[in-house]
Amino acid sequence: MNEIWAGILAAFHLIVTLDGDLVEITLRSLQVSLSALVIASVLALPFGTWLAIRRFRFRRATIATLNALMGLPPVVVGLIVYLLLSRSGPFGVLGLLFTPTAMIIAQVIIITPLIASITQQAMRELWAEYHDLLISLNTSNRQRVMTLIWDGRRALLTGALAGFGRAIGEVGAIMIVGGNIDNTTRVLTTAIALETGKGDFALALGLGFVLIALALLVNFAIHALSRTERHGTW
Amino acid sequence: MIRTLAFFLCLISTSAHSESMKLAVTTSFHNSGLSDVLLPALLEETGLEVQLLVVGTGQALRLGRAGDVDAILVHSRADEDTFVAEGFAPYRREIMYNDFVFIGPRSDPAGITKAAGIPEVLSHIFTSQALFVSRGDDSGTHKKERELWQLAALDTEAFGAWYKAVGSGMGASLNIASALNAYILTDRASWLNFGNKSDLKLLFSGDAELFNQYAYLPINPDQHPHVNADASDILEKWLTSARAANLINAYKINGEALFVFNASK
Repeated sequence: MNEIWAGILAAFHLIVTLDGDLVEITLRSLQVSLSALVIASVLALPFGTWLAIRRFRFRRATIATLNALMGLPPVVVGLIVYLLLSRSGPFGVLGLLFTPTAMIIAQVIIITPLIASITQQAMRELWAEYHDLLISLNTSNRQRVMTLIWDGRRALLTGALAGFGRAIGEVGAIMIVGGNIDNTTRVLTTAIALETGKGDFALALGLGFVLIALALLVNFAIHALSRTERHGTW
Repeated sequence: MIRTLAFFLCLISTSAHSESMKLAVTTSFHNSGLSDVLLPALLEETGLEVQLLVVGTGQALRLGRAGDVDAILVHSRADEDTFVAEGFAPYRREIMYNDFVFIGPRSDPAGITKAAGIPEVLSHIFTSQALFVSRGDDSGTHKKERELWQLAALDTEAFGAWYKAVGSGMGASLNIASALNAYILTDRASWLNFGNKSDLKLLFSGDAELFNQYAYLPINPDQHPHVNADASDILEKWLTSARAANLINAYKINGEALFVFNASK
């Protein structure tokens, strides 16, 4: 119990004094995970919606695979991305290993199936409602996807936030591809792992509380901006 | 979509600086706090920014082989010699040493404080079947530990549940030992800087077998043309300079010196 108290105090101290390292690490966490979220959303939202409206031969298998990939182990993703980006790997010439870009790539791979799968499930319901209307208006596939994404944006927000949650709290993959380099690729989760390794539980826990606060803040901010749960439109 | 993706990748990729290099180091070098003393001094004097990848010796050697770092600082003589023989580094340069120590419960159920030498320490632990935490991650410390068991003519493969190969870094392993109140082999620097000692105590040290030499190996630019050989050369010159010698020898925790500089000119 003492250590949890010490952790809360450490978190409080870090935030009140606006510790320079903390601010930098936190901003990098946000930069990496938000970039990953934007890229993953750009890929996953249209793909998930497209899966919901199209009927094709391997649809069932594709959806089952997608659902399974939601549980993709981050460590394995990290290892594969590491091997691909390593100097002796196929994309070694790009020199991306141990940069924030490598961390973003790993996180995109981890959260895209999650967002696509949630999108597909939400859109399936919506498509049942919109089916007749959109068919009778003779819309193109692209128009159907765009309409569904816009009208189902609240459900998609949940998917995106789930993806963000997985990205910001992830440590296995970014530790491998980012390397936890001070001032370059150190983010909140890898810093927590490092401080735990040093036996400095108070600081590790303090950073943990900052991470939780950050996740709450982002969720509240997005809900406030998109005006959900208000005026009877929930 | 691809264009957007490419745009984002361009936007977020960090441009490489000519005055920075990547150095893979063992956990003990960083956890001891020595890197926090040396690197700022290096930056101030030479303008070289060293990005540290803190990993075990096994992984550091892998990173070096793949050419993902510009140089490595490790402590496992046999592996270093192989590394040089294979041509991944042109040579190895000894920088400094510290020593390994045996940590264990304050009550010392195996009675290793009174042991005369390493074989006796290990056979005491073996016969008492007291809990022992092993790194189990192919790091320099782990290799040393296996060497010592061999010296005592004991086979770690045949050990029972009291021998716990945890497969973690030095800090995490010390945390586990602390929670289990178990024996563990670690380097002096990591021990002195460890924050969660609880009931553990330094029980045995000072044997010649426990000598721990750190060496610097720059990655061979003939093998990996992209490595920053100029930067790793600057770092090597600085690490073997009088300024570095003073900083390394003067670095103390609780009044105890951690490393001894012994680079050859």
